[in-house]
Amino acid sequence: MTEALRPVFAPWNDPDEKPLIQFKNVTKRFGDFTAIDDLTIDIFEREFFALLGPSGCGKTTLMRMLAGFETPTEGTILLSGQDIAPIQPNKRAVNMMFQSYALFPHLSVWENIAFGLKREGMKGDALNSRVDEMLRLTRLERFAKRKPHQISGGQRQRVALARSLAKAPKLLLLDEPLGALDKKLRQDTQFELMDIQEKTGTTFVIVTHDQEEAMTVASRIAVMDEGRMIQVDTPARIYEAPNTVYVADFIGDVNIIEGRATPSGEHVQIAWGEGVSDITGTTDTSFEKGDKVHFAIRPEKVSVNVEKPDDTPNAFQGKVLDIAYLGNLSTYHVEMPNGQIIKAQSANTRRLSRRAITWDDTVWISFTATAGVLLKG
Amino acid sequence: MRRFALIAIPYFWLLALFLVPFAIVFKISLSDIALSIPPYLPQLDLAKGWEGFTKFLGALDFENFEFLMMDDLYYKAYLSSLKIAAVSTFFTLLIGYPIAYAMTRASEEWRPTLLMLVILPFWTSFLIRVYAWIGILGQEGFLNQTLMFLGLTSEPLIILNTPIAVYIGIVYTYLPFMILPIYSALEKLDDSLLEAAEDLGCSRIKAFWLVTFPLSRGGIIAGCFLVFIPTLGEFVIPSLLGGSNTLMIGKVLWDEFFSNRDWPLASAVAVILLLILIIPIILFQRNEQKQRESEG
Ligand SMILES: Nc1ncnc2c1ncn2[C@@H]1O[C@H](COP(=O)(O)OP(=O)(O)O)[C@@H](O)[C@H]1O
Ligand SMILES: [Mg+2]
Repeated sequence: MTEALRPVFAPWNDPDEKPLIQFKNVTKRFGDFTAIDDLTIDIFEREFFALLGPSGCGKTTLMRMLAGFETPTEGTILLSGQDIAPIQPNKRAVNMMFQSYALFPHLSVWENIAFGLKREGMKGDALNSRVDEMLRLTRLERFAKRKPHQISGGQRQRVALARSLAKAPKLLLLDEPLGALDKKLRQDTQFELMDIQEKTGTTFVIVTHDQEEAMTVASRIAVMDEGRMIQVDTPARIYEAPNTVYVADFIGDVNIIEGRATPSGEHVQIAWGEGVSDITGTTDTSFEKGDKVHFAIRPEKVSVNVEKPDDTPNAFQGKVLDIAYLGNLSTYHVEMPNGQIIKAQSANTRRLSRRAITWDDTVWISFTATAGVLLKG
Repeated sequence: MRRFALIAIPYFWLLALFLVPFAIVFKISLSDIALSIPPYLPQLDLAKGWEGFTKFLGALDFENFEFLMMDDLYYKAYLSSLKIAAVSTFFTLLIGYPIAYAMTRASEEWRPTLLMLVILPFWTSFLIRVYAWIGILGQEGFLNQTLMFLGLTSEPLIILNTPIAVYIGIVYTYLPFMILPIYSALEKLDDSLLEAAEDLGCSRIKAFWLVTFPLSRGGIIAGCFLVFIPTLGEFVIPSLLGGSNTLMIGKVLWDEFFSNRDWPLASAVAVILLLILIIPIILFQRNEQKQRESEG
C-alpha cells in the first residue's frame, strides 16, 4: 500500500519548513467594526486549508486580503516570505473563486475559462487544449458555448471553479465553492479537488460552512469566530481534541457536561450534579480542586446497555427519553437523575425488530476515562 | 376577454396616435397644392357616395415625391440631417458615458442627488434653455466675454449661427437621454466582476474595456438611438442656433409648411423622414428586446 508508505504530510510540525503564507498580527477594521482581530497563522505549501466558522466571522475578508482586494489595517501578510501589501491583485500568483461566482455574463462558458489564460498571452492550440482540459475536469464540455444565464446554478459554480483553476495558480482561494451542488456532485467534486491538488501541488484555502466537507478535504481546519482563530489543527484533532467548548460544539454532535474538577492522581474527577456519581476523565491540563470544567464527549463514544457494564470507571443509570433511528445508527437520548440529557450513539448491527432497548427503559450509559475532553472555563 | 382588452389597448393607442395621423399626412402628401381651405385638393366628398370616392382616389398622385427627387435641396437636407444627427450622437456619447460612469462610481448616498441633477433641466422649458444658449454663444455673449476677459482670445469667436452652435445645442439638450440608459446599465454591473477580471490578470483599464464597456453596450445603443432619432427631425435647435447656415430637414419641413403653405409637399417631406426613421426605430426595439432576453 502506497498510502501507508508515504510519509505523513505535516509541514506545520517541521520547524525547518517555510510557510507559503504567513499572517502576522493581521487586523482588519471596517470603520470601527473589527472583521479580523489580531490574527497570526502559517499556511504551508500543498496544504488544503479549510476555514470554518459561522456567517460573518471574517472568512471572506481573510480571502479578500490574500487576493488583494482588501488591505490589512494592521499587521503583514507574507507570501513566500514576501510582503504582499504592495502587489496589485492582477500581479499576484493567487486566484480566487468568488462566493457569487462573478462569471462574465457577456462571455460564453468557454470564454470565461479562457479569460485568465488570454491575459497571460496564451493562444492557439495551447489555449484550446488548456480550456478543454478544464471543461473536461468540471464536466462542462457540453455547455462550452452557452452563456452563464443559460446554465444551472451548479453548472455556474463549476465554471467559476474551472476559471480559477485554469491558470494553475500557486495559491487557490475557494469561497464556499460547492454550496450550490447537490450532495452527490458535491462529493465527486470534493474528491476532484483533492485529486487536482495532488496533481498540481497547488495550495488551497477553502471556505466552507459544511463541517463534513472540511473534514473530508482539509489537511488542517481553522475554526474561526468573530475574526479570531479559535483552533487550527488537523481534522482528527479538531474532532477528537477541541480546545474550547465553542470548537467542540461547532464540529459534529457533542454532549457538553458542566461540572467541578477534583484532581486525583493521573485522573480528574468531575462532580456534575445531585444523584450521579463523579465522571472520571483524563487530561494534560492541570486542574485545581473546585475548578469549573466542561466535559465534552461525542455520542458515538457513549455506549448504552441494559446491564451495568463492570469494566469501566464511568457507568451511569438513566431513562431512555427518545430514540432517533438513522438507518445505520441509532441515537439514544438518555435522561440522568440530575436532569441532564446525554446522547449516546450505537451502530445498528442487528435488525430493528430485535432491538433490545426501547422508550422509557432504564439503561446504563458508559464510556472510558479517555473518551471525553476536559475543557477549562 | 381580459386578454383581448389587454392587447386591444396598445393597438388602439397605436391606431389613434400613430396610424390615423400618418394616414392623414400620407393622403395630404398625395394631394395637390391649392388656394383653398384647407390648402390642398382633392377633398373627399362623402355626399357623392361611391362615385365621389373613386374620383377622389383618381386625383391622388405621387407628384410631390417626384418633385422631392428632382430638387437636390431636399436630398441634401436629408443627408445633412443624418450627418448632424450622427455627429452629435457621437459627441453626446463621448460626454455622456464618462458622466454616467462617474455617477455609478459615486458613493451610494450621492447617487439620487446626481440623478436629480441630470433630470433637473427638464423642469424648465426646452425653448427657454435653447434661447439661453443664444445669450451664451453670441458675439457679445457670455462665453466670448469670459474668453476675452481671460485674454484667451482678442476677438470674439463666431459660434452662433454656425453648425458648431447646433452641435452644442443638440449635445446639451439630449445629454440626459444618453446618460440615463448608460447609467442604468452600469449600475446593474456587479463590482465582483471587475474584481474577478483583476484577479485573472487584468489591469484596471483592461478590466474596463473587457468587462464594464461590453456590459454597458445595451445602454450605449439605447442612448444613441434616443439621441439620434429625435435629432434627425430636430427643428428648434437648428433654427435658433444654426441660422441660415445649417440645413436640416426639420427646418425645410417648417418652411414648406408655414412659409410656402405647401402642405402636400411638406407632408411628402415628413413621410420620407418617417421612412428613414423606421430603420433605427426597429433596430432600437430589437436592441431593447435582446437586452430583456439576456437578463431574463
Ligand atoms: N466592505 C465592508 N464594509 C463593512 N463591513 C464589512 C465589509 N466587508 C465585510 N464586512 C463585515 O465584516 C464581517 C465579516 O464579513 P465576511 O468576511 O464576509 O464574513 P464571512 O465570509 O465569514 O461570512 C461581516 O460582519 C461583514 O458585515
Ligand atoms: Mg463569506
